[in-house]
Amino acid sequence: MNEKFDVIVVGAGPSGNAAAYTAAKGGLKVLQIERGETPGSKNVQGAILYADALEKIIPDFRDDAPLERHIIEQRMWVLDDESFIGTHFRSNDYNKPPYNRYTIIRAQFDKWFSSKVREAGALVICETTVEKLLMDGTQVVGVRCDRLGGDVFADVVILADGVNSTLARKAGFHGELAAGDVALAVKEILFMPEEMIQARFNIQEDEGVVIEMMGKITDGMMGTGFLYTNRDSLTIGVGCMLGDFKNNPNRTAPYTLLENMKRHPAIAPLIAGGEMKEYAAHLLPEGGFHAIPQVYGNGWMIVGDSGGFVNSVHREGSNLAMTTGRLAAETVLAARTEGKPMSAATLRAYKTTLDASFVMKDMHKYRDMPSVFHKNKQFFTTYPELVNRAASTMLTVDGIDKKAKERQIFSSFRRSRSLTGLVGDAYKLWRALR
Amino acid sequence: MSTPTPPASAASKPLTPTKGGRNLELSEALKAYKGVWVFIEHDRGVVHPVSWELIGEGRKLADKLGVSLSGVLLGSPDDKLDAFATEAFHFGADSCYVVRDLVLKGYRNEPYTKGLTDLVNKYQPEIVLLGATSQGRDLAGSVATTLLTGLTADCTELNIDSNTRALAATRPTFGGSLLCTIMTLAYRPQMATVRPRVFQMPPSDAARTGSIIEDTLSMVESSIITKLIDFIPDAQSNKVNIAYADIIIAGGKGLKNPDNFKLVWDLARVLGAEVGATRAAVQAGWVENERQVGQTGKTVRAKLYIAAGISGAIQHRVGMEDSDVILAINTDANAPIFDFAHYGIVGNAMTVLPALTDAFREHIAVRGRKVA
Amino acid sequence: MHIVVCIKQVPDSAQIRVHPVTNTIMRQGVPSVVNPYDLFALEEALRLKDQFGGRVTVLCMGPPQAEDALKKCISFGADDAILVTDRAFAGADTLATSYALSAAIRKIGEEQAVDVVFTGKQTIDGDTAQVGPGIAKRLGLQLLSYVSRIVELDLDARHIIVERRAEGGVQVLKTAVPCLITMLENTNEMRFAPMENMIRAARYEVRKWNKEAAGIADITKIGLKGSPTVVSKVFGPTPREDKAEMLNAETSTPRDMALNMLQMIFTRKPELEAQIVGNV
Repeated sequence: MNEKFDVIVVGAGPSGNAAAYTAAKGGLKVLQIERGETPGSKNVQGAILYADALEKIIPDFRDDAPLERHIIEQRMWVLDDESFIGTHFRSNDYNKPPYNRYTIIRAQFDKWFSSKVREAGALVICETTVEKLLMDGTQVVGVRCDRLGGDVFADVVILADGVNSTLARKAGFHGELAAGDVALAVKEILFMPEEMIQARFNIQEDEGVVIEMMGKITDGMMGTGFLYTNRDSLTIGVGCMLGDFKNNPNRTAPYTLLENMKRHPAIAPLIAGGEMKEYAAHLLPEGGFHAIPQVYGNGWMIVGDSGGFVNSVHREGSNLAMTTGRLAAETVLAARTEGKPMSAATLRAYKTTLDASFVMKDMHKYRDMPSVFHKNKQFFTTYPELVNRAASTMLTVDGIDKKAKERQIFSSFRRSRSLTGLVGDAYKLWRALR
Repeated sequence: MSTPTPPASAASKPLTPTKGGRNLELSEALKAYKGVWVFIEHDRGVVHPVSWELIGEGRKLADKLGVSLSGVLLGSPDDKLDAFATEAFHFGADSCYVVRDLVLKGYRNEPYTKGLTDLVNKYQPEIVLLGATSQGRDLAGSVATTLLTGLTADCTELNIDSNTRALAATRPTFGGSLLCTIMTLAYRPQMATVRPRVFQMPPSDAARTGSIIEDTLSMVESSIITKLIDFIPDAQSNKVNIAYADIIIAGGKGLKNPDNFKLVWDLARVLGAEVGATRAAVQAGWVENERQVGQTGKTVRAKLYIAAGISGAIQHRVGMEDSDVILAINTDANAPIFDFAHYGIVGNAMTVLPALTDAFREHIAVRGRKVA
Repeated sequence: MHIVVCIKQVPDSAQIRVHPVTNTIMRQGVPSVVNPYDLFALEEALRLKDQFGGRVTVLCMGPPQAEDALKKCISFGADDAILVTDRAFAGADTLATSYALSAAIRKIGEEQAVDVVFTGKQTIDGDTAQVGPGIAKRLGLQLLSYVSRIVELDLDARHIIVERRAEGGVQVLKTAVPCLITMLENTNEMRFAPMENMIRAARYEVRKWNKEAAGIADITKIGLKGSPTVVSKVFGPTPREDKAEMLNAETSTPRDMALNMLQMIFTRKPELEAQIVGNV
């Protein structure tokens, strides 16, 4: 008859892989079900790997994981139409192994991660969609797949089915996702010779740079742009809240946004000559702390994007995903050792560890960010322009004294936004970032 | 089975090995192989035109090498092999090897493989060309394996390499995204298949004559395992003969859905044209696969080829680039198809096609009236 | 009954992009799939197994990663999968490939005699349609190429009747088993694997044979050394000398543009006009 597993993991993204790997490594009988053609074929999100989260799962991952460059420099740019102002933070500390952040190419990385999951002993099946959770009363006892004889049973089902997760919604574990809680990002991978990348970004072999951008590039919508250096390619992309795309008065399509961004005078020279290799669009949950649903119940847990675990301020997703996946699997392992049933009472331990971990602490810290930015579009429209104008005014040598320049800058801020507005914005931002 | 030609390494010892001990030098014994052959494919009284196209191209190769061109005709005593040979001479052959045997009635792999292999071993041609049809491919693979020689399938261009005098056979590679030139340097004969319509039909010269060399096949029916028990001709109504169509309207993935593909049919109907498609459109199920134009489909030489929503990947290009007039419609001004089209319209095929359909319809109506 | 199906793992051609300027293939990130033509062969083999019982063994020559393609075949219902993989096979043309595969099939036959060998019509990356006939010749099997339908299989009388696609019609051929069939496309539809098979495939360990395990002693017959053909150059297409005359749909009405185009075509080829008018 139909097989029973200890754990079924739905989804083969970073969170699902972390869960399946940890559970299988711990000796559990694991089935992982992925709807894409290959593990990771539906994963396109992000391209920064934070070593810490993966290290806790696969300590020696550096031996064979396909890593592109370790990041030694982080740039933050605020752009208007013509210019940018920004900070560059580069430290030799980042150049001492073991490195703590890497750029990765998701297609390759996910393939590698999945091979590790299989090595650990989990069974991985693809091109199979889980249609619904099988219930015995309030207890989840398995899943129904879109195949003949598609019922498979397990003591616990870990939902790692991504931001589009319909399973949790169907089961009533969380409600409809609001367009305001989801971002749509588009990105491209551009081929470029290694030497050219190293010269343009002032880096050596294996060293990498990350540029995070905000400002006019998002056409007034809430979002950010990014540019990462891979070994012989660049990843460039931009993401905005889905709701904003819907309401954008210019009807700017995501791809147009990216094309415009690539033409920005500060960005164009960095990517000139790059040959497009891959184009992808994806959704990511950016509702933040307030959008996190109930993450456990009788026989089920939610991990990764399906739980909304993305820190949009620091653009961290895959590390939260991996950590939640690992913690969920560890919860099951502990429960097994103690001989406890996979009830909500037992699995509450997942939420408890989660709350104590950096995941929830960070999510909580920035809990108000999404709504601050969402309600105050000036952060993406007026301010970038003002800041750049200010810098330009200050730095242009034209015979006007600096004091007068400061007055000029201040009045230009005042003209665009009332004094109370300015103070209010500063306060809101401070509150959210505090 | 006849003795396979030994690989050159067995025949000669002073070799200049290159590339990982690979033998790339032609042995003295194999240098004796001379002449260009074309296998003349016929079925139920008709020669496949690809054979004449190959006679035309084989003529050029033979002239470059300064050798003779021969046709090979295998068939039953009641096939009109003499008439076919005469036609081969008209198209440019110097001679024809003819084998008549009852076991050669209707194509079958085993007797035809033996027939061609025996002839090659006996008369030693340097080049053997076959049409890349279901018969030619079936036969070429079997003969090349028996002879242990190189075979380049589905070539789009044939030439003689001036340094080595070897056949330089060009074909698409990597799934039709690039072209490569392939040579068989140390083995003979050099075999290649070419699809119908890749080469032009040569002019026929009724004054040309040639010699017939008769040979025999030592095979009895009882020793042949496979029997041809019936032949079911295709119904005339659903025969799609796009390879030889004069006007073709073709659609690709740019048309987005099967409904839009109907616009291709609309224009084709007005022009009395055939409908073609790219591999992607066929794979999407918008049209039957007999209509696929390209490396894995048919090669065409239309007088007018209208490509709608086709980007022009090599896979498609090699199947249609020899058309007299190519009109391409594509939204992307940088689409590769504009590199080899004669006329280009940068625009949405969904609006351009109906406009063309109307324009042609009006034009034909006006002209038709004048004629009448 | 024992059926061997030869498959190849190929890059999913639908996802290969060629760079417009350099003409290099953008292979990175292109997923590999079972050669689509081979799936028609596999499905036909599975149908015979459904009807007559027995086993289906899938065979592939390729790099270690090709194991994924074989596992996929297991999920569709194949019983066994063998990957012939060895660095010595690299650079094989159709002749060297048919040698290696036929050696492996002989080896498989030592475990259980093979009744039918199936291959696809051709691969989508090589497009030669020559490996199937080559294997048949090397194994001394009757070759049935471009088969569109298996009409009858009689295992007691050891004969098979098939319809074979020929130019302008279909040949009905009767021959003896064992034989080799190259299956025509769109002749059947691959089944949707049941859950049980998916799990079996995930668990299945593909048998990997190096050249010795495949029974190959003579390394001059495999890989680059065993390949008579030499690739002398690889190149991109050359644009036509005279650039296309371009009309932009945005700068005029579709009607004007269409009329303009007609004018241009008929000026260049007046005989076309006569033919088109004559056609109708």
